[in-house]
Amino acid sequence: MSARARMAAALALVAGLAAASLFVGVSDVSLSGILQGQDRDWLVLVESRIPRMLALVLSGASMAIAGLLMQIVIRNRFVEPSNAGTMEAAGLGLLVMTLVAPAAPVIAKMAVGAAFALAGTALFLAILRRVPLRDPMLVPLIGLLLSGVLYAGTSFLAYRFDVLQGLLAWTQGDLSGVLRGRYELLWLGAAVAGLAWFAADRFTVAGLGHDVASSLGLSHRRVVALGLAIVALVTAVVVVSVGRIPFLGLIVPNIVSLALGDNMRRAVPWVAVSGAGLVLACDILGRTIRAPYEIPVGTVMGLIGSAIFLVLILRGGRRAA
Amino acid sequence: MIRIENLSKSYGPAQVLRDVTLDLPKGGVTSLIGPNGAGKSTLLSLIARLIAPDSGRITVDGMDIARTPGAELARRLAILRQENHLVARLTVRELGGFGRFPHSAGRLTQADHAAIDRALDYLDLQALADRFIDQLSGGQRQRAFVAMVLAQDTDYLLLDEPLNNLDMKHGQAMMRLLSRAAHDLGKSVLVVLHDINFASCHSDRIVAMRDGRIFASGTPAEIVAPDPLRDLYDMEIAVREIDGQRIALFYG
Repeated sequence: MSARARMAAALALVAGLAAASLFVGVSDVSLSGILQGQDRDWLVLVESRIPRMLALVLSGASMAIAGLLMQIVIRNRFVEPSNAGTMEAAGLGLLVMTLVAPAAPVIAKMAVGAAFALAGTALFLAILRRVPLRDPMLVPLIGLLLSGVLYAGTSFLAYRFDVLQGLLAWTQGDLSGVLRGRYELLWLGAAVAGLAWFAADRFTVAGLGHDVASSLGLSHRRVVALGLAIVALVTAVVVVSVGRIPFLGLIVPNIVSLALGDNMRRAVPWVAVSGAGLVLACDILGRTIRAPYEIPVGTVMGLIGSAIFLVLILRGGRRAA
Repeated sequence: MIRIENLSKSYGPAQVLRDVTLDLPKGGVTSLIGPNGAGKSTLLSLIARLIAPDSGRITVDGMDIARTPGAELARRLAILRQENHLVARLTVRELGGFGRFPHSAGRLTQADHAAIDRALDYLDLQALADRFIDQLSGGQRQRAFVAMVLAQDTDYLLLDEPLNNLDMKHGQAMMRLLSRAAHDLGKSVLVVLHDINFASCHSDRIVAMRDGRIFASGTPAEIVAPDPLRDLYDMEIAVREIDGQRIALFYG
C-alpha cells in the first residue's frame, strides 16, 4: 500500500470512530430520528454530541503533536507535557486565575495557564541542566517529581480555598461536560499545534542537537523556545477545555516513530490522526463499558496508555535513548 | 581563508586557548594534531561558532563570524563534531537531506536531491540510504554524518576526529575522500586527527597544538620529524621514510 493509501485508510478509520462517537451515550440519538428531523435528537446532536466528538478529535490530535514536539526538541523519547511539569503548571495557573479573577473570560484563564505551563517547562529544563544525566530514563523521572511537587502545591491551595471540586475538572480528562460554546478554544489549540507541521523541518533540525543545528545555520535556542511555547499553549488549551489526558503524547509519537521515524514533516500528520483516533476509541470505551455511567477518558487513557507504554519500554528501551 | 586573531577561551578556571593567532589558507587538507587537552576541538568549535570566544576574532573569507547570520555562514562552513548522538529516528537519506537545510530550508529541490545522492555515493551509503540511523553500526553512522556535512556543500569542512569508530579500511577511505574533496572539489578541509601517520600521509599542512597554543605549523615533512614530535608529545618518536611516506614509529 502506498503512503497515501495508508493515510486514507487511517483517516477513514478515524472518521468511522468519530461517527460512532455521535451515537453513543445516555440519551438515545438515532440516525432515523435525525433523518426524520426529530427536534430532541437534533438538539442532543448539535449541542452535545458533535461538540464532544470535535473536542475529542482536536484535543487528541493536538496533545499527540505536543508530545512529539516536546520529545524532539528536548531530545528525549520519554517526555511529554504530563511528565515534564507542563500540565501541572498549567493547572496551577488555572487555579490561580480561579482564585484571583474568577470572572475572567476563559481565554484569559487559558493565557495565564499557558504562561504557567511555559514557566513550569522552563523550570524542568533548568533542573535538567544542573543534573548530570547519564540515563535517558532519569529525565522523565525528574519530570514526574517536579509534576508531583507542582500538583501537591496546587492541591493544597485548592484545599485551603475550598475549590478542590474545580481542580478535579483539570486533573482528570473528562468530556462529559463538553457542550457547544465550551470547547471552541480547542480549535485555537489545534491551529497552534499545526505550527509544528508548518515549521517541521526546523524542529527536526533542532532535534539533531545544538551543534548540528548551529552548523546548519539554525538558532537552536530560538527554535527550542518556539517549540516549547507551542507545547505550553496547546497543553493549557487542552487542560482548560477537557482536562488532563495522560500518556497520549507519549505513546502515539513513539509508535509512529517505530514505524515511520521522526522526520517531523512526515510524522506530524500520522501523529495527529493516530492521537485523534486513540482518544475517540478510549472515550467510546469509557462511555459503553458500564453504561449508563461514564468512565472519564483520562482514566481509560491512563489505563490503556500505561500498558502500551510498558510494552514500548520493554521492547524498545534499548534504542529509546 | 580563515583568519584567527588573538583567540582565547577558558572553561571556568581552565584556560583552553591562549591568544591563538593563525591563518588557514584556502584549499587543501589541514590536519590539527597534538596531545589531549591541547585545545584542538575547542579551536574547531570556535571557528564553527558552536561556542563563543572570551576574546579574539575569527573571519572566514573576510566575514567576521560573530556578525555573520548563521544561515549565511552555514552555506560556507560545516562542522562535524566527535559525538553525534541522535535521538530522532531518521533514515540515512533524510539525514543527508538535512545537510541541505542551509540551501533549501527543508523544501528539497532537484539540485538538493542530486547533492544528497552525490554525498551518499561518495561515502558508499546508497545501499543503506533508507535504513534508520539507529539500525547502523558505529562506523556506518559516522559515515552517514559525514555524508550530511558533505551534502551541505560548503567551501570549508571542519571535522573533529572523523576516524573515530572507523576500521582501517573505512579510516583510509575517509582520509582519501577528504583529500579528494580538497583537491578535486576545491574544498578546504580542517581535520582533527589523533593518528599522526594519517596526518602525515594525507595532509597538505599540519598545525600542531599544545597547551592551548599553536606549537608549530608547516608541511608534513617539517612537522613529522623526530625533533618537533618529541617536543610536542613529550616522547621519543622515530620517523622513517617508507615508500615516499613519512611514518612515525611509536608503537614499540
